[in-house]
Amino acid sequence: MIKQFCLCLIVCFMFTTTIAQNCQYSLKGKISDFHDNSSIIGASLQIVNSNKNTITNFDGSFEFKNLCKGKITIVIKHVACESKTISFIISKDIVKEITLEHHLEELEEVVVKSESKSESTSIEKSIKKDIITNFSDKSLGDALNTLSGVSSLNTGNTIVKPMIHGLHSSRLLIINNNVRMFDQEWGDEHAPNIDMNASDRIDVIKGANSLKFGSDAVGGLIVVRGKKYARKDSLFGSSLMSFNSNGFGGNLNSEIIKSYKSGYYTKVQMSYRRFGDFKAADYSLTNSGLENINASFRLGYNSYLKGFEFYYSQVNNKFAILKSSHIGNVNDLVTAINSLEPRVIKEFSFSIDNPKQSIIHHLGKIEAYKRFQGFGKLTFQYDFQVNRRREFDLRRGDLKNTPVIDLRLVTNSIQSDLQVKPNDNLKLNIGFLGRFQQNNPISTGYRPLIPNFDKFDMGLYTIGNYSLNESTELNAGIRYDFSKIKARKWYNITDWNETYNYDELFPEFETGTIAGVRIFTKPQYTFHNFSTGLGLLKKINDDLSLFINYGLANRVPNPSELFSDGLHHSAARIEKGLLNINKETANKFIVSMERNNNNFGFVISPYFKKINGFIQLIPVGISTTIRGAFPVYEYNQIDAEIYGIDIDLNKKINNRLDYYGSISLLRGKNTSENLPLINMPAANFNNKLMYFNEEFKQLSISITHKTVLQQNRFPDYNFFTLDPVTQQDVFVDISSTPPTYSIFGLNISSAFNEGKLQFELNVENLFNTSYREHLNRLRYFADELGRNINFKIKINY
Amino acid sequence: MKTMKTIKLLAVLFISSFVITSCGDDDVIEDPNVEELITTITYTLTNGSDVVTLKYTDLDGEGGSDGTYAISGPFTAGASYTGSIKLENETESPAENITEEIEEEDEEHEFFYTSSLDCTFCSLVIDKTDIDGNGNPVGLETSLFFDTPATDGSITVVLKHEPSKPNDGTSADAGGSTDVEVSFNITVL
Repeated sequence: MIKQFCLCLIVCFMFTTTIAQNCQYSLKGKISDFHDNSSIIGASLQIVNSNKNTITNFDGSFEFKNLCKGKITIVIKHVACESKTISFIISKDIVKEITLEHHLEELEEVVVKSESKSESTSIEKSIKKDIITNFSDKSLGDALNTLSGVSSLNTGNTIVKPMIHGLHSSRLLIINNNVRMFDQEWGDEHAPNIDMNASDRIDVIKGANSLKFGSDAVGGLIVVRGKKYARKDSLFGSSLMSFNSNGFGGNLNSEIIKSYKSGYYTKVQMSYRRFGDFKAADYSLTNSGLENINASFRLGYNSYLKGFEFYYSQVNNKFAILKSSHIGNVNDLVTAINSLEPRVIKEFSFSIDNPKQSIIHHLGKIEAYKRFQGFGKLTFQYDFQVNRRREFDLRRGDLKNTPVIDLRLVTNSIQSDLQVKPNDNLKLNIGFLGRFQQNNPISTGYRPLIPNFDKFDMGLYTIGNYSLNESTELNAGIRYDFSKIKARKWYNITDWNETYNYDELFPEFETGTIAGVRIFTKPQYTFHNFSTGLGLLKKINDDLSLFINYGLANRVPNPSELFSDGLHHSAARIEKGLLNINKETANKFIVSMERNNNNFGFVISPYFKKINGFIQLIPVGISTTIRGAFPVYEYNQIDAEIYGIDIDLNKKINNRLDYYGSISLLRGKNTSENLPLINMPAANFNNKLMYFNEEFKQLSISITHKTVLQQNRFPDYNFFTLDPVTQQDVFVDISSTPPTYSIFGLNISSAFNEGKLQFELNVENLFNTSYREHLNRLRYFADELGRNINFKIKINY
Repeated sequence: MKTMKTIKLLAVLFISSFVITSCGDDDVIEDPNVEELITTITYTLTNGSDVVTLKYTDLDGEGGSDGTYAISGPFTAGASYTGSIKLENETESPAENITEEIEEEDEEHEFFYTSSLDCTFCSLVIDKTDIDGNGNPVGLETSLFFDTPATDGSITVVLKHEPSKPNDGTSADAGGSTDVEVSFNITVL
């Protein structure tokens, strides 16, 4: 059949050529590289359905002679390029310049080499899809906690805030699908609103390669990535179900991806997570459940020349907060600290009562890129975020269902990046950013903790990557940022004039509007920041590399550091920002020696950070109200040093048995007052022994162990307060840290049907150890989680 | 071409968001009313024509100026008083009576009274005389008996929200969160 068809085609072809007869035309041309216009030598050209072929000469030129009138099709091939097919209508002599996409690997690289770093000189750690799956029913912070140098600041067990080298909140940039997250990250109990299940890889950048995203990555960068899909027609997806004995809940996650050979792709993902009250080793943690509903959608087009991506995600988080942590004043806090068990212990329940948090985060972006011949790649992105955070507390009467905090933060950004490669060794990125942000407190019958403000940011950067030779790479960048904050806020006039002396310090903020004991003000700030980054990679041999990073970061104070003013109900403390807080400047040095080898590998990474004007929130005294006394926490600025070392090891014991270990040691010093820094992670180490049998259903069994030592270096902010009931002074121990703990875990996983069906069984806190972690804000009230048995099924289709 | 259009459209949207939002810049935003604020606690103790009031007022809430006390007259030794407590938000006009809210939710609230007197072998007994729907004490109404004179002493009033009821009569056992905690200095002649 096919033979006949071909024969027929050839006959037809001959027929047309015989009719045309007119065969004295020529086609001349030159083939060059799309990027730098350099000539491509030795590319082969073949006219389809003929024996005419040629090869480009030393200057990339070629010529076909004696062409007949009519249509011809030429296939051009070159070793490092994608074949290209072009048709011409021959009716005269033609001269044509043809470009080939010489660096096709670049596009494929993202698909194939998932091991690659975001920048070659960057000091970073990655979490791959399998670990993300492993933590499918936990939070981003829990998954990152497995990396050395990364810890978390928790509120209970569901609100988990990642910390890199002891730094968190505004000091960490979280980049979600190339969008910098703005989800009111300033609060200690504000966890990032990210559904990990929507991502394919998460990078933690500890070093200095962050200028593209901002100048304020004092702590580091967390990059949550999606995946690029190969250009082929396919439809695939997966569904995951998990069940946990602790909290009697789990999650459901499904994703489906359709990709086309043309370059288009689309992905839809949804997840639902639900837990009831969790259990500590000895008691139920009443009101600690959660409910999350998340969805994400991607639509894009990928080709070498151009592409775009549209991304939208919505995260709905509802977190119950331990009932016992709701306290009225400092004496309630003393009672809580002194009692060994939480005040309220009830039967298991799925209900999420007050206090609770309810957060919705919308994130939308559109990104487009185009490559210009002989010039470079231009990327443009617009993104939009809305974060609505509602915190509910125990209230009286009609206000029971009204939150005490209701804030809406809207962020709009545009950014563009131009990447040029003047030669094979040099890559330059030049970019621009514009951002507008607005915070609107919604009426709650309370004075908002964060006032109305508008914030405008602009940034410019240039980053260069230079390959000095085969084994050495250099990276250097500089960035300028401009920020303007305009706030509108009512102050208590006694506080304004007397407590803080603002009437003399900031008379320009006053508007002249006074109502009773309240004064209306318009604080305005302008900041200019310069930041730099330097990176060096030296490959010592095939698997041993040395990385050296230096970074200068500047961080503008966030609104809570400037404007917080009032009772933070969920913390039973009065928090006060100060209008004279200035920016924070950090010099970061980090070195990493990495041996990438399955038999024996390691990463040894010491670091040193000098932070001038480090902004911290510390207890400064007591304020008496009609509700009794409250500790007052004030933001202040000191100079700080943070230094430490992260070590990771892997060793193959035999064919089936591997050992992994890590140690994180850190010291934080308040050099202004010669005190330890508050809330610094304690020394900790992890061990894991893993058995893996590829042949037997990919069976993997691992035992994990984690020890966190007691933090003995903490600033002592303990104080005495009068208990009016007993009329005696009582000691308020808010600083002392809980003792050392060790927990063990067991993980068994297996895959059937060529990996289409995966099972996993985890036992967390195997021995049901009761312990408290000093970086948990609820450590005064209750223990951490007890034993949990977790079962997961994943189906790939 | 289509991408260009989209970019243009987005640029327009972006710029217009600046314009729209910057309009309201010069407006004075409303200072939200603090609705649940308790500014004033008045404990009125009556023995016939002998009326003693213990009052604490903090009109600007937490921060700002300190609260003020207004304590009338000494108590009379050997006398019984009936006490009644009133909570108000005086930043509203007329002042909001919060005692009514507590009466409505009396199962979720309880007052606790403690005292210390600087005298030997003297005591002050404060009894709660009202009960909630479950038959547990509330403490809006009280009776007191001062047995001997004291030159110095104090009465502390604590209001707990969501205490465990019944309890052993102490605020520590009741738990819950504290809505009011005020100590008054008193003398008994």
